[in-house]
Amino acid sequence: MPTLLKRILSAILILLVLFAVDSFMSAQGLFGFGAPPYYARIVMLAGINVILAVSLNLITGFTGQFSIGHAGFMAIGAYSSAYLTVYHAQVWERSLAGIVGGGVAHALIFLLAILVGGLVAAITGLIVGIPSLRLRGDYLAIVTLGFAEIIRIVILNIDKVGGATGFSVPGYTNFVWVGGFAILTVVIVYNIVHSDVGRALVSIREDELAAEAMGVNTTRYKVLSFVISSALAGVAGVLFAHYTQFLSTNDFQFIRSFEIIIMVVLGGMGSLTGAVLGAIIITVLPELLRTLGPKLESGLGYVIGAGNIPPGVHAFLGDLANYRLVIFAALLIIIMLTRPQGVLGTREFGFSWLKRAQRRPEGDLAVGSKGVPIAERKPSVIDQEKDNENR
Amino acid sequence: MKRILVSLVLMTSLLASFACERRGGIGGDSNVGVIRVGYYGDLSGRTSNFGVSTKNGVMMAADEINKAGGINGRQIEILSEDDEGRPEKAATVVTKLIDQDKVIALLGEVASGNSLAAAPKAQASHVPMISPSSTNPAVTAVGDYIFRVCFIDPFQGEVMAKFAANTLKAKKAAIMQDFNAPYSRGLTEFFEASFVKLGGQIVTKQSYTQGDRDYKGQLTSIRSLNPDVIYVPGYYGEVGVIAKQAKQLGITQPLLGGDGWDAPQLWELGGDALNGDYISNHYSVEDPSPAIQKFVNDFKGRYKIVPDALAALGYDAMRVLADAIKRGGTTEGPKLRDAIAATKDFAGVTGVISINGERNAVKPAVVLKLQDGKYIYQETIKP
Amino acid sequence: MDTFVQQIINGLTVGAIYALIALGYTMVYGILRLINFAHGDVYMVGAFIGYYLAFALGFATGPSLIGLGVVLIGSMIASALVGMAIERFAYRPLRKYARMTTLITAIGVSLLIENLFVAKLGAAPRAFPQLLREQSYTLFGNAAISKSQILIFGVSVVLMLLLQWVIFKTKVGTAMRAVSFNLNSAKLMGINTNMIISFTFALGSALAAAAGVLTAQYNPQIDPLMGIITGLKAFVAAVLGGIGNIPGAVLGGLLIGIAETFVVGYGQNVGIPTTYRDAVAFAILILVLLFRPTGLLGSTVQEKV
Repeated sequence: MPTLLKRILSAILILLVLFAVDSFMSAQGLFGFGAPPYYARIVMLAGINVILAVSLNLITGFTGQFSIGHAGFMAIGAYSSAYLTVYHAQVWERSLAGIVGGGVAHALIFLLAILVGGLVAAITGLIVGIPSLRLRGDYLAIVTLGFAEIIRIVILNIDKVGGATGFSVPGYTNFVWVGGFAILTVVIVYNIVHSDVGRALVSIREDELAAEAMGVNTTRYKVLSFVISSALAGVAGVLFAHYTQFLSTNDFQFIRSFEIIIMVVLGGMGSLTGAVLGAIIITVLPELLRTLGPKLESGLGYVIGAGNIPPGVHAFLGDLANYRLVIFAALLIIIMLTRPQGVLGTREFGFSWLKRAQRRPEGDLAVGSKGVPIAERKPSVIDQEKDNENR
Repeated sequence: MKRILVSLVLMTSLLASFACERRGGIGGDSNVGVIRVGYYGDLSGRTSNFGVSTKNGVMMAADEINKAGGINGRQIEILSEDDEGRPEKAATVVTKLIDQDKVIALLGEVASGNSLAAAPKAQASHVPMISPSSTNPAVTAVGDYIFRVCFIDPFQGEVMAKFAANTLKAKKAAIMQDFNAPYSRGLTEFFEASFVKLGGQIVTKQSYTQGDRDYKGQLTSIRSLNPDVIYVPGYYGEVGVIAKQAKQLGITQPLLGGDGWDAPQLWELGGDALNGDYISNHYSVEDPSPAIQKFVNDFKGRYKIVPDALAALGYDAMRVLADAIKRGGTTEGPKLRDAIAATKDFAGVTGVISINGERNAVKPAVVLKLQDGKYIYQETIKP
Repeated sequence: MDTFVQQIINGLTVGAIYALIALGYTMVYGILRLINFAHGDVYMVGAFIGYYLAFALGFATGPSLIGLGVVLIGSMIASALVGMAIERFAYRPLRKYARMTTLITAIGVSLLIENLFVAKLGAAPRAFPQLLREQSYTLFGNAAISKSQILIFGVSVVLMLLLQWVIFKTKVGTAMRAVSFNLNSAKLMGINTNMIISFTFALGSALAAAAGVLTAQYNPQIDPLMGIITGLKAFVAAVLGGIGNIPGAVLGGLLIGIAETFVVGYGQNVGIPTTYRDAVAFAILILVLLFRPTGLLGSTVQEKV
């Protein structure tokens, strides 16, 4: 079976690459050529955000259901798996290490934690999804937001997982796990989108009533995509918990849900690579803005002479770091106003970009049935009338 | 499919290679040149008033030391980063300060949750960290590079319980805690334990969270139980209003609080409603001792506001660090750690500071009575 | 008994504030089908404008009823302009795009206002000057009601009646209802829909600003992030009452206020910790939406193809 062989080979290749990058990023680095921990941390967080953004894209970008509760599912995954690794896993790992060796036991236990985190998040997603996905549009948004807040408040009330003080968690996550699951998430979502299920999901996004009329069980498909999306968010939560090694409910407030949405929207709803790009931008940008002021000032000093910088400009650039979040928000609005379909729209970014002249990338044909990103589409006359009648 | 995979791998490696900027200037002599100290705190989030206030204290101490010729002739440079009050960001900025800015020591955070998230990074890199005001016992338990200059929750909770039971002769106490703040939960826990041990009874425990607009629901419940005192270990922003709404409901029993009450805005928010309440604190602005009066006046001259306890603690944290660098004669991590650990009888504005075996500051607390915008000294309770 | 009455009074006070803000959400949603996430921040902006007006006009020195009136109305007018500006520059250019795009922009505007205020003014709570000589009256034995609570009830009722009059008795109100009923038909009938949408934003923002100033009399603590949770709960109130429905928004606001206060006051007796206060609004919302998806007073609409 050549395809199977090919897949196994490519999986091994990816793992090798991941291990290489991981050893490069770990504290000592590869032969002393390690990445600085600060950059390594940003790369890790970017990887976790990729999982979050791509999984949210399944429900928001491809199914067209606006969920703002992703942080809640992330929290569920993080806390449930941390409960396992803090209270039970050490014992299991020790007894398992006697059978299969320390390293393998370590990995197996973490895999178990990931499965548990993903599973608990999926079950929560099912419980939340079944009732709330009967609702449409904005109602779903507010209900998911509400559920995420309820989840956070419930966790805050459980002293066993640290309550308000926070919860110290053993470290398990390394780049192999984060990179591996980021790729796996992309593969899973890609395969779903390019299957029968995916076509059903896109049909729901394009016109829910028409989809239902064509025999698509819309509630079932919406719940399915919601559960998968929640499970993947849970996995991201597990990786996050065992990377930062400290959990606090302050890290799962709705600002994080907003951030994940911004990643998806920025990259383009309905674009896989867009979500990946969005996740990377949203992780890196605020950090870049930290050092932007001094860098601009030294650049300006180079051009007009360090002594010639007016004091007002100097004060402004010195203050720039304080305006980091303002710039961030302004950027979001500007992108929405100038490119409402996101940076990539529903297009996919890949090697084919380089050969754009010859053919259009695959993504458009497979995903955007009308060839126009949904955000760009003006409502048709029928759409408008439908909208009006619904009022 | 394959394209996406390949481009993903490519993107990752691209990011990683971007990350591989060679570190410059490693291993330079750590005993000459500017001393870089990192400060991290919430400068833009919900608790940024605490972060900014602490930073003001730190900056003032650093400037004073620099004006006086620095430490052994070396100037101090404070590099400050904002963590937005989020634990994840706290760990990120501490990583940045250690890794990119090569700071030799860290000052921060105010909130225990953020300190707990960041402390393991400092510990792993062997960079000493002094928290000005994280009072949760777990913070310094992270490792032997983590210190603090404030007293801890068990002590402060005990102080107020002793004062309530012994001096005010209270038998029944109600508690109103800020549920989201580890600080408030810690004080509640230890107040309750001490108060019960001293023969008192906790009649009810009510909760609010920072940012609530209305506290009358809880206060009405408390009123119906008629306690002798009400312990409100929260932060001034909420406490001022709680005092006011309590008076509106006709509650005349004194409220008891902690150092979180201490801020100039407290009086603007609470006004006369605060009269007759008591707090435990690190120091008293009214303290006539010349060192404290000089600090208060200098701070007023510089920032046009009266320093709160957090500013004073930030000021002390910086000065304890400077003192340790001076005594140890070096900024190398392990030696600096030992020098900080050896701090004994340091005369800070928040009291005489000695660092104990758990790397906590051992110092007395004062109980103050609130009256017409003034804090009237009641008694000093020693550890 | 007096405890119960007291809790009702407390709940209604909070509820009246939610109701005033919820009206803005419901009106905008009724016309544009947009959750205006920035509305909670307009409430905050209103409180801050009131704060600066009080100082600029010299009313901050002592209680004065005239001062309170001037600050209240001044803040309402200024906030109405803020609301119109938000609509004009952030939402109008996006009206032809999918609704999700506008929703994201609304989140962006909300973050922008909050972060700008924090960066400029700091997040420290400020004390709003007391323009009302605070005094408590007791009724039913031990239940106390303060002057600022009476003020909140009084002003809210007046404003709500005024709103009802504007919407049902004036020309512009008729136009608002027409636009809300069908935007395109309204346009064809010669209604300047842009003007009406602007007016709706102005009206909603003015009510939110009134809520901001009133709440600052009751609870003088104002800070740049005060609008987040309050705004969210007010939106929940609007949905609870039936979004797009004006009496519904008022009912929803009062219900949420009372429910919250009861969780705090009596929750412990039935095993609900007081900390679930913030969760209760959402829990009620979810339950209501499950059994009556259009909200309590919303009319059922059949979705057609």
